[in-house]
Amino acid sequence: MTANPQLNRSGELTHLLSIEGLPAPILWQILDTARSFVNVGEREVKKVPLLRGKSVFNLFFEASTRTRTTFEIAAKRLSADVINLNIATSSQNKGERLLDTVDNLAAMNADMFVVRHAQSGAAHFIANHVAPNIHVINAGDGRHEHPTQGLLDVFTIRHYKHDFSSLRVAIVGDVLHSRVARSQIHALSILGCPEIRAIGPSTLLPRDIGALGVHVYHDMHAGLKDVDVVTMLRLQNERMQGPLLPSPQEFFKNYGLTPEKLAVARPDAIVLHPGPMNRGIEIDSSVADGKQSVILPQVTFGIAVRMAVMSIVAGN
Amino acid sequence: MTARIALPDAEALVRDLGRQIAPSVQPTTALIGIHTGGVWIAERLHRELGLDLALGTLDVSFYRDDFEQRGLRSQVRPSTIPFEVDGRDLILIDDVLYTGRTIRAAMNELFDYGRPASIRLAALIDRGGRELPIAAQFVGARIEVDANRNIELKRGEDGRLSLVLNEDTQAAGH
Repeated sequence: MTANPQLNRSGELTHLLSIEGLPAPILWQILDTARSFVNVGEREVKKVPLLRGKSVFNLFFEASTRTRTTFEIAAKRLSADVINLNIATSSQNKGERLLDTVDNLAAMNADMFVVRHAQSGAAHFIANHVAPNIHVINAGDGRHEHPTQGLLDVFTIRHYKHDFSSLRVAIVGDVLHSRVARSQIHALSILGCPEIRAIGPSTLLPRDIGALGVHVYHDMHAGLKDVDVVTMLRLQNERMQGPLLPSPQEFFKNYGLTPEKLAVARPDAIVLHPGPMNRGIEIDSSVADGKQSVILPQVTFGIAVRMAVMSIVAGN
Repeated sequence: MTARIALPDAEALVRDLGRQIAPSVQPTTALIGIHTGGVWIAERLHRELGLDLALGTLDVSFYRDDFEQRGLRSQVRPSTIPFEVDGRDLILIDDVLYTGRTIRAAMNELFDYGRPASIRLAALIDRGGRELPIAAQFVGARIEVDANRNIELKRGEDGRLSLVLNEDTQAAGH
């Protein structure tokens, strides 16, 4: 067995780099622990002392407000000190090498790095470089993975559906460029979800997606039939102009989630979206704000899930 | 070598604990069980004392002082305090009182819910060995056991509680 870079010698989670390759018990531990953190978030005092005195660096080489903010809140609710570095606008522009940046922060006695980078494998690269007492969490690397998003998606699904063993889940839209989709697909398969569907135009679905055990659909009515969960992906604006898509209007007509299309899913189906939403492009406002939408609970749960991941890796 | 110790009947101890607590229970008093054994005892006492307020439960994992050494326990359960803590008389319930560190963690957690009027402690077993200035007001039994032993409360499928004495491979966490 080759060593899994996310696990320490006792097989415990020490970095979170990808969902792929994680043993199921670790996923369950994260989900169970996050449940306790949801209760903490509902208290008057929303903080626990677990990471008191620890320094968490948010290393964002790619712009992101929401993910960075939720990691920041999560770290603060664990009583850590948080330093946000938007490196897209900082020393990288002066030509500093990535690992020099990391070494400098390690010299400031960093305990944890939360890394967002446009390059797939960046968090992995940093994790291989740092001393064993430093923990690395991937907050999105290129098209590869966004593991905490995948975890908060399955946490949300578990919250409403309780159990994965008989679920049908559809993931709709730009699966090809989506690290969110990749992480969610891995998480669902590890947790035993029997049927995962990807729905979208063939230009936006990875050619090898069948290898992950995912069923491919190009038609919404067929793909959404009787599903329990619908995950809508954000259509990234930068892809709208390219040759992959005709036009936003055309995309909405075929793949935008409207009440009519959602009606073929199970009546108690829930709708997820990782945010930020493009209303009127991938999702209709009446669905986004409708009673099947769990998009805002996803945000709340996302903090609890990130607290769980941070406290588990920090303790190992 | 340790002499075999006869452990008392946990069911009898729970009944005795209930008799001790009963006179000091008021309508405003709340019971809080500490996971896992303390919750089993608290459920029993809550029913026997016929309290109005819902039972509270605490899992002190997020407040333990050995997180640096041991990390997060793999089974963390949600803490549930279904009442206002401010101004309330609380009785904390644990199975085995040992170093006092669990109780310290529990009190720290409770103060993040509010400022109670008072906190008292009920323990099924007090095994001595305190490392902090903590004492229980209600005790089922006092038992001396070696530091390398660990007393554990078990609940059978029929719901019956019993005590077992284990060789402790890791130092006890009570």
